[in-house]
Amino acid sequence: MKIDFTLNNKEISIDVDANRRLLDLLRDDFGMKSVKEGCGEGECGACVVLVNGRSMNSCMLPAGAIIGKSVVTLEGFKHTERYKAIESGFLKAGSVQCGFCTPGFVISTESLLNENPHPTDDEIKEALSGNLCRCTGYNMIVKGVRLAIEMGEGLW
Amino acid sequence: MKQPISKSIIRVDSRAKLRGEAQYVSDWEFENMLYARTFRSTKAKAKILSIEIPDIPEGYFIVDKNDVPGVNRMRTVVSDHPLFAEDNVQYIGQPILLVVGPDREGIDSIYSQIKPEYQEETPLLTLEEAEKHSKVFTDYNYKKEDPEKAFANAHRIIEDSFSTGYQEHVYLEPQGIAAEFKDDTLFVYGSMQCPFYVEGALMDAMDMPKEKIRVVQTVTGGAFGGKEEFPSLNGCHVAIAAKKTGHPVSMIYDRDEDILCSTKRHPSKVRFKAALDENDDLVGLDIDVLLNAGAYNGLSPVVLQRAIFSATNVYHIKNLNVRGRNYMTNVLPSGAYRGFGAPQTIFAIEMLFYNIAKKLGVDPLEYKMRHLLKQADSTCTGGCVREEVKMPEIIEKIVKSSDYYNKLKNNKKYQGIGISLFLHGCGFTGKGESVINGKIELIKNKDIVTFKVSSVEMGQGAETVLRKIVAETLEIPIEKVIYETVDTGKVPDSGPTVASRTTMIVGGLLQKTAMQMKERWDDLENLELTNNYKQPKYLSWDDENFRGDCYPVHSWGANVAEVEIDPVTYELTVKKLHAVFDVGVPIDERALIGQMEGGVVQGVGWATIEVMGSDLGRLKQANLTDYKIPTSMDVPEIDCDFVLNPYEFGPFGAKCAGELSFVGSPPAVAAAVAHAMGKAINHLPITPEVLMEMDNED
Repeated sequence: MKIDFTLNNKEISIDVDANRRLLDLLRDDFGMKSVKEGCGEGECGACVVLVNGRSMNSCMLPAGAIIGKSVVTLEGFKHTERYKAIESGFLKAGSVQCGFCTPGFVISTESLLNENPHPTDDEIKEALSGNLCRCTGYNMIVKGVRLAIEMGEGLW
Repeated sequence: MKQPISKSIIRVDSRAKLRGEAQYVSDWEFENMLYARTFRSTKAKAKILSIEIPDIPEGYFIVDKNDVPGVNRMRTVVSDHPLFAEDNVQYIGQPILLVVGPDREGIDSIYSQIKPEYQEETPLLTLEEAEKHSKVFTDYNYKKEDPEKAFANAHRIIEDSFSTGYQEHVYLEPQGIAAEFKDDTLFVYGSMQCPFYVEGALMDAMDMPKEKIRVVQTVTGGAFGGKEEFPSLNGCHVAIAAKKTGHPVSMIYDRDEDILCSTKRHPSKVRFKAALDENDDLVGLDIDVLLNAGAYNGLSPVVLQRAIFSATNVYHIKNLNVRGRNYMTNVLPSGAYRGFGAPQTIFAIEMLFYNIAKKLGVDPLEYKMRHLLKQADSTCTGGCVREEVKMPEIIEKIVKSSDYYNKLKNNKKYQGIGISLFLHGCGFTGKGESVINGKIELIKNKDIVTFKVSSVEMGQGAETVLRKIVAETLEIPIEKVIYETVDTGKVPDSGPTVASRTTMIVGGLLQKTAMQMKERWDDLENLELTNNYKQPKYLSWDDENFRGDCYPVHSWGANVAEVEIDPVTYELTVKKLHAVFDVGVPIDERALIGQMEGGVVQGVGWATIEVMGSDLGRLKQANLTDYKIPTSMDVPEIDCDFVLNPYEFGPFGAKCAGELSFVGSPPAVAAAVAHAMGKAINHLPITPEVLMEMDNED
């Protein structure tokens, strides 16, 4: 079926099977390789993208679910000031190890701060609980979000 | 005093990863690339009578045992695993053949029409059954002094036994690998820890010389041992498929397939008989270690070695009789996982000490401290503890920072605090480092220095740490130091990225070579230096009788866990973790804390929520919905500290760290639960079901 949506602020109109996973559509048809497949069942958050500003697992979304919506991946988000604040925070806190979960954590952080610019540590942990990381033990990621909030004061 | 080298820098690989620009193998695309999917056994043990294959459309291929140009076995420590099943299958998930083609749906359609006919046989499903039927792969034994006499003269003898379950690595990036031929050279690209292991496996499987094979590591999204030997299997699969089809072939597992067939931490059972003298000191131990190796032995003998050489942990036990056995069962092969057999035996002896102390009515930590190894003591294999043992300082520090003794006085049920003491032998076990004979190259081109090693960056920070060691030694900016892509066609074999050996062994070799370069820095524009690793001269090891120094040096540590148990649901919450480590000297403190916290949390996962069992040979946990690992909501505050203890042969004094981080938290959590419940904890994981049952016993 024909599907219209915006991808990283570009208007897109394509003919696609409405049941196709958004994850495959983004990776295979649009080359958005920052979107990672970690589990394919909505448990790990490596594939989250922003749909109308909120982070969602693209492995669980059929293409038909994004009609008329705005989809943002890291390929688009990385050019924003908000991204730069998150990047600085994560770099400084040592939030990145193997990196496979990292794009998902960046997207979920944006989604959280978009909704709640001044979260408590518990709120940060809750907001990131849909993203699995096996390397860090999470505390250094939470610290990265904290630093991002400090450095990006006023952006959210 | 903090050392200058410990000052943290921004990890060199983190920017590309943050921007989503790092290229994992699933992000790679090749011209005319085909996909592969593995058809696997659904039987735990069976003869294969026939396999019905549907008509194959043009452009699609079946690849099986008949397509292996060389030997149909994966080369590893024991090369017993067939690349593709022959006339029988030994576990559910065993690879039988590949379906290869240009389109994933086309592959799935063929896959669903493949019909094997099996004649089922009675499988051995558990460690207990395997022990009853004596299906032993490996049987090791070593003794120290006179255990018979110790038991004959014992004032009292105490017996106890402990067991642990499976653990799945859950590296966030599932196994992935690709192969292509360029002219007559084979290229294999993938997520891996040990490119030269894969190269060796390809030489056997493809019947090709080393010169015609290049194994290239791609950005690796976590490994923890899970990408140590396994890529030798899927690497051969894609290479054979690329040869047969004449196309590049990529094979990326989804999570379910990864969990179904990739190696796991060995389930274990450890039995002790302890001889106590008239002062209740532990003077003799009989230790019996059983590991479930699964259907093929593979790497398990060396896992068993580390398990039995770690079985006395930080304690000096005069008389020892230690036996270790790997058992064969018809379940998927167990393999390398952070700690490599040591977490199982260290959990066991820590809880043995705890249980004995409780029985004697003495403080567990005090009882442990009565038996601590000291410098110049003999190790379990009769080697020598040459380094200064800073355990008293470590213990003093952690007892103070955690307020251990005050919290221990809290007798509120369902709240507890526990302490663990532990060590990790740095680098390969026994003669491993001499066999590998790791080699590195350092090349100066004007003011740029490139180093070539086979140690990979897999998330642990190797690239940053190794570049930092070279840069600091040469006193040049880190930007001037280049880490060559790990490609077996370009780099020498400095050994696999395992055994917490990268910083200490490979980093040490780089530092030594960089010092030689520094002496001639101003004389020459271009300079190429190479060095091989040599074990320190003082070491001696008898591999036949397991006598001598099984490790050149140890790293040490203590963990304290504070837990709470919900009296209704029996949910176990780890409220706070304290950790103090002696890893020599930290090379980049933040990167190191990242390793230590990550390892501590993985250990807590294994001890608590990570439940994996098998039923009739099939794993009961099939995906991340039913195999749970800790999330951000599950982790407590972690207070991580270090004690400096420079090692003469390590770069800037560094020793091993990556695996040490894992071994301490499981027994600390178990001791805390034992304190909270007033009961012994002899099994991991500690689930709410176990706690409820335990609470209802009396």
